[in-house]
Amino acid sequence: MARYETVIGLEVHIELKTRSKIFCDSTTEFGGDPNTHICPVCLGLPGTLPVVNKKVVEYAIRAALALNCQIAGFSKFDRKNYYYPDMPKNYQISQYDLPIAEHGYLDIDTGGGVKRIGITRLHMEEDTGKLVHQGTITTTPFSLVDYNRAGVPLIEIVSEPDLRSPEEACSYMEKLKAIVQYTGVSDCKMEEGSLRCDANISVRPAGSSKLGTKAEIKNLNSFRALQRALSYEVERQIEALEEGGRIVQETRTWDEGKGVTLSMRSKEHAHDYRYFPDPDLVPLVIEKEWVEDIRRSLPELPDARRRRYVMEYGLPGYDAAVLTSTREMADYFEDCVASYSNPKAVSNWIMGDLARLLNANNQEITACRIKPRQLASLLELMEKGTISGKIAKTVFEEMFASGKDAGVIVKEKGLVQISDEGAIAAVVAEVIASNPKSVEDIRAGKEKALGFLVGQVMKATRGKANPELVNRLLKERI
Amino acid sequence: MQLFRQTAHELHSLLINKEISAVELNEAVFDRIASVEEKVGAYLSRIRERALERARVIDEQIRKGEKILPLSGIPVAIKDNMCTDGITTTAGSKILANFVPPYSATVVKKLDAAGAVMVGKTNLDEFAMGSSTENSAFFTTRNPWDTSRVPGGSSGGSAAAVAAGEAVCSLGSDTGGSIRLPASFCGVVGMKPTYGAVSRFGLIAYASSLDQIGPFTRDVTDCALMLNIICGHDPLDSTSADFQAPDYTQFLINDVRGMKIGVPEEYMAEGIAPEVHGLIRKALELLESLGANVEYTTLPHTEYALPTYYLIAPAEASSNLARYDGVRYGLRAEDSEDIIDMFMKTRSQGFGSEVKRRIMLGTYALSAGYYDAYYLKALKVRTLIKEDFDRAFEKYDLLVSPVSPTTAFRIGEKTDDPLQMYLSDVCTISVNLAGIPGMSVPCGFAGGLPVGLQLMGRHFNEGTLLRAAYTFEQNTSYHKEFPAL
Repeated sequence: MARYETVIGLEVHIELKTRSKIFCDSTTEFGGDPNTHICPVCLGLPGTLPVVNKKVVEYAIRAALALNCQIAGFSKFDRKNYYYPDMPKNYQISQYDLPIAEHGYLDIDTGGGVKRIGITRLHMEEDTGKLVHQGTITTTPFSLVDYNRAGVPLIEIVSEPDLRSPEEACSYMEKLKAIVQYTGVSDCKMEEGSLRCDANISVRPAGSSKLGTKAEIKNLNSFRALQRALSYEVERQIEALEEGGRIVQETRTWDEGKGVTLSMRSKEHAHDYRYFPDPDLVPLVIEKEWVEDIRRSLPELPDARRRRYVMEYGLPGYDAAVLTSTREMADYFEDCVASYSNPKAVSNWIMGDLARLLNANNQEITACRIKPRQLASLLELMEKGTISGKIAKTVFEEMFASGKDAGVIVKEKGLVQISDEGAIAAVVAEVIASNPKSVEDIRAGKEKALGFLVGQVMKATRGKANPELVNRLLKERI
Repeated sequence: MQLFRQTAHELHSLLINKEISAVELNEAVFDRIASVEEKVGAYLSRIRERALERARVIDEQIRKGEKILPLSGIPVAIKDNMCTDGITTTAGSKILANFVPPYSATVVKKLDAAGAVMVGKTNLDEFAMGSSTENSAFFTTRNPWDTSRVPGGSSGGSAAAVAAGEAVCSLGSDTGGSIRLPASFCGVVGMKPTYGAVSRFGLIAYASSLDQIGPFTRDVTDCALMLNIICGHDPLDSTSADFQAPDYTQFLINDVRGMKIGVPEEYMAEGIAPEVHGLIRKALELLESLGANVEYTTLPHTEYALPTYYLIAPAEASSNLARYDGVRYGLRAEDSEDIIDMFMKTRSQGFGSEVKRRIMLGTYALSAGYYDAYYLKALKVRTLIKEDFDRAFEKYDLLVSPVSPTTAFRIGEKTDDPLQMYLSDVCTISVNLAGIPGMSVPCGFAGGLPVGLQLMGRHFNEGTLLRAAYTFEQNTSYHKEFPAL
């Protein structure tokens, strides 16, 4: 048994995809030339005032409900004061002691079954701008600031320290991402920074109920980074304790290139944020009816959908989990099944060939040129015997590249399966005549040689011969 | 006829009767500025060409027989902490000496839409922190009644401009008395409306939960006309009240019979100069003789108002002023080693000592370990002070007191003693903490210097203040006095 237990809690920031920013009407669109998505309010120019975007509050409630949180009837915004050039006002409007939602949870799958992870709180805040450097931060002669992102709405979701391994932390992130994506309030794209994560991690002797001293890890920009950084940190902390040292409470940053975490600042140098209620904003009073309206508008969430896939479509649990991991993939699956009623076949194709091609081409399923109905009609052609399974794979690749219907490709390339017994019999006779050695072998009981002859028939028909017919006819004739 | 001495409503009659033109009026005011500004120093910037251009448009409307609004063509001055699109707005600070906003404050837009002509931006204590304009980074404005004395602050430039005939009306802002004190010292009418009655959008923040914009005028009628323009809900300011502002001129009624007036004894206690005390008593007697019921009452938490204010206001200021760091606009210190050095040098060079003092006070009050003892405690006392007023207003329609314990003090007299300076606001600060409306009306002269009477009312009860002030004014002539400059 392991001598140490790992304790992890995650702080996740998610950008909400409202059209305008949290306190002004500047666009939230990603990218854009530097400092073009700004206005006097999000630049914090003297005399300007914030006004809460109601859509942001609605989205925060939507995400919170999907995460089983309780929505506060009374909530407020506070100022978090610290100096940094990417912050226009040198304070960030956030929520401190009265967040909009608390006491939620989500369930993750672990080796030992389903585990419930507590969510301490969910609150709203504004994003900051970003610094841009020429070359590296150490060699650049100056810093430039792009405020396009300043004021983009964020929700911060803080978990309880319920996670016990880097793997659980990754499962939690994946589940959180799926749930929030399902609600439609964020794209949750880690590569665009719309999903970000900081981790609090400590270790303690197995069996101890007292928490060890934690380190906060920043700069976790991908699932891979999260997994690697946490694994590294577990080892670093255990090693330090084993050597009789102690863990310093500090903030550390993940260095992706070196594969290590590095100290940024210790607790003694931690900021005093001097939180206080923002006097420019009035407290938020949230009506119960509004919350219930939002609750009613929530879509079916990943867990429910997964259960339904097992019950309604008879899919294995694994298939159901993979298919429902994003709303887009689940929608794709259901659209296919609507026109082709063999769910397991559809599942196999989506999880197999489709996933492989999407991955290889770094493409989202929503951008896929094969529409669900088209995949369904390909599967139908196969079922009717118009094309063989092998030909189907070729057609599928062609569909992926061109977006053409399966029927059209089959026709254009003359790929219709030959199921005419007479036509195949003629080829079979020819192959038997020209391969006496193999025929001998088969007769001597060497089954393997049959495969070679099947191959020869397929070759002569350019793969179009119905394989079952070929097999039967060969066996009959030999 | 000296046009620059007239009230806005008198000038409006002259304009619509075509006895004068808006251009003539504005030229008269600019001539007056040219002759007395050197002595007074009310303005940080003047915008003559733009003003005359606006006046010409108004004249054209009059010529065409179009109906003009009550303040059309009237020269007004704006305190330089309100943003004006394309016109430098400094807040009296070196750190914003070169700041040209690309937007106007809501009040500036409203005045513009009402046809008022902006003639310039007036001097103030840096970021509205002060009671004398001596904290302006540029120069000290002088009291038109005695140029060796201060005009009061922080809206000293706006008060002095109206008193000296350099503008007919003006706008100031009041966080702890910054409209009422200079109105009292300069002998003009000044009103701080209810918190939330006037949009703060575009007002460079000092203490957001206390700041409120209001007018300076030569009489109570003009005050009502200004309120008609500036009051009302603004979707750009979350703290602006969602209410339908009334027509304030309906309260210009010469009658206080049956009005119940309370005089908080804490405001008439020792520390009030005898000559001020005497004038306030005389004013109360007049109101009583006009039919009001006057009696002494109590606001028991008054003694805590000043310390409460000096925790809350600096706390908010320390955060509000954090944005002046040299990164995006305003002053940026030269030769900085790194970003922290740039922040420190910029702020060291850009802010004056009073601003620094309040930033330090506020930062301390909000610090970990001190928050509960200082800031949180101050918020609780603020509630007690509000409750004092709530109780008093159960019984009285109006509370009356001096605006300031003294008349205008000499320039330099209190600059070395911040606490003495803070005490100038001892009678005005509670009104801001409670968020209620407060007003200063001229009630006489002591040693040739004006004294103001403070009227305080219930939330959104500016009407009662106007009615009492109008009645007082109709039965006195102090507002007609004009300084000999």
